Amino acid sequence: MADLTDQIPERIAISLVVNGVRRTLEVVPWTTLLDALRDRLQLTGTKKGCDHGQCGACTVLVDGRRVNSCLTLAVMKDGAEITTIEGLAKDGTLHPLQQAFVDHDAFQCGYCTPGQICSAAGLLAEGRARDADEIRELMSGNLCRCGAYPNIVAAIEQAMSRS
Amino acid sequence: MNNFQYSRASDIADAIRLLAVDPSAKLIAGGTNLIDLMKENVERPSRLIDISHLPLRDIEETADGGLRIGALVPNSDLAYHPMIEQRYPLLASAILAGASAQLRNMASVGGNLMQRTRCAYFYDTATPCNKRSPGTGCSALDGLNRNHAILGTSRFCIATNPSDMSVALAALGALVHIAGPTGARTVALTDFHRLPDDKPHLDTILGSGEVITAIELPPRGFARNYSYLKIRDRLSYAFALVSVAAALELEGNAISEARLALGGVAHKPWRSLEVEAALRGQAATPDHFGHAADLLLQGATAHSHNGFKIELARRAIVRTLMQATSATPQSQSHKKIA
Repeated sequence: MADLTDQIPERIAISLVVNGVRRTLEVVPWTTLLDALRDRLQLTGTKKGCDHGQCGACTVLVDGRRVNSCLTLAVMKDGAEITTIEGLAKDGTLHPLQQAFVDHDAFQCGYCTPGQICSAAGLLAEGRARDADEIRELMSGNLCRCGAYPNIVAAIEQAMSRS
Repeated sequence: MNNFQYSRASDIADAIRLLAVDPSAKLIAGGTNLIDLMKENVERPSRLIDISHLPLRDIEETADGGLRIGALVPNSDLAYHPMIEQRYPLLASAILAGASAQLRNMASVGGNLMQRTRCAYFYDTATPCNKRSPGTGCSALDGLNRNHAILGTSRFCIATNPSDMSVALAALGALVHIAGPTGARTVALTDFHRLPDDKPHLDTILGSGEVITAIELPPRGFARNYSYLKIRDRLSYAFALVSVAAALELEGNAISEARLALGGVAHKPWRSLEVEAALRGQAATPDHFGHAADLLLQGATAHSHNGFKIELARRAIVRTLMQATSATPQSQSHKKIA
């Protein structure tokens, strides 16, 4: 029987710029970006919902683009810039989307909210949504099981009109 | 997820070489389907070969006026590329009908072609499935098969291909460029995916050690008279029950060229050259479109829960061709069906 230790891959050193701070860590290949953020870097704002890319709770920005961190291998993002919900506020001031979510009461339990806000930040950067229908369509990868959708759309419309 | 080794390919030749060394290795680019299947224990590669950094991200014009699209172009970048929006809006529309904004940002063009069925039994390792474990049987035949295929099925598999992008590519006559250990080859998109017959574990004709390098669009883009209509259980972020890609060239109300492909109904995008030939020279009317739908759906077979798809497909075909005729393509944001 083969020596199992031969089959266990080495940890691989990677470097990520997370919310503007360079972080180096060693990961096994199957570590998702989500698990690296939560379990290794203690950034637990990003949430694990379905862990299968169906709910959007894990949404973060990688090099400015919104992605599902649960379906992203950390080792494949060596050198990337990651923005999580913890990195959106600047100098003690909420990001306009965070403020809009507060203004519009755009959450109930709050579990999907970090993913909703990071996804909405990606949506604003993409510049493709022009009205509520397009916001709804382009936010369809973020589920809210409390059903706060009307207020989420209103919050994003507010942030969009002020950006 | 099971343990696996990780390698980063330095170029395409290196990826081909790494695949040859380890036959149970798999390529990874966007990973949106593969990582999910690995978490479900459906895919168990010994090694992932990362090709995401290779320079296959260009979209460039070909000598004959078509477009060559690198296999690693993200789905969202393709859908929003000015040349795709202006010259091939059917393709842009189909891509935007699929998945979510996040997944489209991650998923590559080549990976989209390689995504696997969403048949629930394929995903459920506790049940027999000829696609996942050849020879074990098909649980969908007598199971919950509401989402399953009505065309081109076999007694071994009634799964559907989940891609929206491929349906538009089939209608547009796209080509798939492939590199492999014995050289490069090019196949039509409609020949790339297989019907299940007695080997449903093979989704495509891609051989071991082969890599998709690009897809190619012919010059004809049908930018005026086209529509992609996707019928599903919720308005967004769901796989098709039936989808239709339709593209026409019209002289007055007479059809000079027609393209028609279906998604959600078979193991591959469903297109028939005979049906398109029969439309040529005809007036663009609901009657003629209904006749074309009947022809395209000839041989459709219902299973216990999916009989509704046959009539749904017929109506969706007529509706989509009418949308194409009137140059009022289905909006993927404003969901009302015109």
